Amino acid sequence: MSAMADSQKTKATGGPQKPRNSLASPRGTCGPAPRLAPGKSLPVQFLTHLGHSVTDRLWRLGFAAHFFVAVLLNSGTALRRFQLTIREIYFSGALSIVIILVSGLFVGMVLGLQGYDTLERYGSSEALGVLVSLSLVRELGPVVSGLLFASRAGAAITAEIGLMKATEQISAMEMMAVNPIARVVAPRFWAGVISMPLLAALFSAMGIFGGYLVGVKLIGVDAGSFWSQMQATVDFREDILNGVIKSFVFGILISWIAVFEGYDADPTAEGVSRATTRTVVTSSLSILAADFILTAFMFRGS
Amino acid sequence: MSGDSLVKISNLSFAYDNRPILTGINMEIPRGKVVAIMGSSGCGKTTTLRLIGGQLKPTSGTVEVSGQIVHQLDSDALYELRRRMGMLFQFGALFTDMSVYDNVAFQIREHTDLPEELINDLVLMKLHAVGLRGAHCLMPTELSGGMARRVALARAVALDPMLIMYDEPFAGLDPISLSIIGDLIRKLNDALGASSIIVTHDVQESLKIVDYVYFVSAGKVVAEGTPQELKASKAPYVHQFVWGEADGPVPFHYPAAQPFDEELMGVRHG
Repeated sequence: MSAMADSQKTKATGGPQKPRNSLASPRGTCGPAPRLAPGKSLPVQFLTHLGHSVTDRLWRLGFAAHFFVAVLLNSGTALRRFQLTIREIYFSGALSIVIILVSGLFVGMVLGLQGYDTLERYGSSEALGVLVSLSLVRELGPVVSGLLFASRAGAAITAEIGLMKATEQISAMEMMAVNPIARVVAPRFWAGVISMPLLAALFSAMGIFGGYLVGVKLIGVDAGSFWSQMQATVDFREDILNGVIKSFVFGILISWIAVFEGYDADPTAEGVSRATTRTVVTSSLSILAADFILTAFMFRGS
Repeated sequence: MSGDSLVKISNLSFAYDNRPILTGINMEIPRGKVVAIMGSSGCGKTTTLRLIGGQLKPTSGTVEVSGQIVHQLDSDALYELRRRMGMLFQFGALFTDMSVYDNVAFQIREHTDLPEELINDLVLMKLHAVGLRGAHCLMPTELSGGMARRVALARAVALDPMLIMYDEPFAGLDPISLSIIGDLIRKLNDALGASSIIVTHDVQESLKIVDYVYFVSAGKVVAEGTPQELKASKAPYVHQFVWGEADGPVPFHYPAAQPFDEELMGVRHG
């Protein structure tokens, strides 16, 4: 709670200038000190602008980290009154199941087609099961379901929190002596963290089923070798557990970005729409970057 | 006014970054009274409420509520104090994902361990007081603006607060809803033995129900008094405001950096 009060104080007294202030209107003179001061040479203006946007981003990153700690410190309510979190798991997790299952099925079927086509050239089409399951469990399951989760649930969380802020529901809660970080933000954060690995697992399972449908039922790869090679090759710790770790990390990233962008949104229609866009863009990029880093540590070809 | 005040604002200043909003305000809200803070839009009325509720910290000066200096409280004590305050937000700020009933029950459930039957009775009593007992299972989106405001009022008084704050309770209401809300503010205040602060620019309605009025302009208290005194006042600002004149001490034009003709010519030719 003290962390929250701190962050508010910092906001009121300084901190990063919101983009709103920097949107100079094209006509007239707005504000006492326009950012691109006329009279300065072009390179100086460029450098000022560059420095400004870099420091802005650093400030925001600091805020986001601060907010993350505040969410963790205020997680007591979300875990003690777990029905609050369960409700959010339903909204962000359960309602994402359909899109996850359908996408998983199609991704798996495409893998079946493409994999067979390639493997057949080397005469090893019975390894199709291994190819489909390893690519899903290690890589595509966590990453694609993460991207889908970010755009389906992450965007919804940001929009919901942003609109609650815009319609003063967050302020009203604060005035009722209920900490909105504990009551609104933390349950949504934990719901995302819990849902994400489950969704990734569902995605992978459905994808393997899709690969089976195309590989075995459609193309006619031997069902026995499809499943037995898969079981013999896929290692629980090396492959499955690493995939689960990935999806867990992505879950933290997506939920953190979504709740932060929502809570930090300018309380206007424009601000909420911008925050929602930022959630999808930032979490997609961070999923891909984190995936590279995690893969580099997990699978080193040994 | 007497020394027995629930809220005491002394020499309060507040600035956003370098933009001053309030400069040296002094006010007192006596117990049991309904006090209005009036002024044109953007003069710092809502900011004053936020400072009383501890959502903002003053640049200088103090707000004292029931003997405690608000900005010096730690967050636990501040939350403790807020439990005894109710606030009605401009557009109600009802939680849109909960029914009317759950909205009113929200605070009771969060802050007490009362059994559900008792909560049921309390909620229906509060809803009955604002005439909306029959609407308890509606969702906020199904309510008209006036009804939403009344539900928010029931929610604000759910825990029988000692201080109720109203942020523009009359904004955007039809005349009937407007006088219903006005009536309720007065009646609830007297029934609960609370004190109320109304931030408003609806002069005629609020002069009917309040005991004392502060006029704020450009971050300063420019006039104060009972409704009768203000109606009779000859002070130019009060006169302009009470009788709604377009130009006067409050200028029609927002101050611009350059004179009008200079700025236009400058843009065209420069």
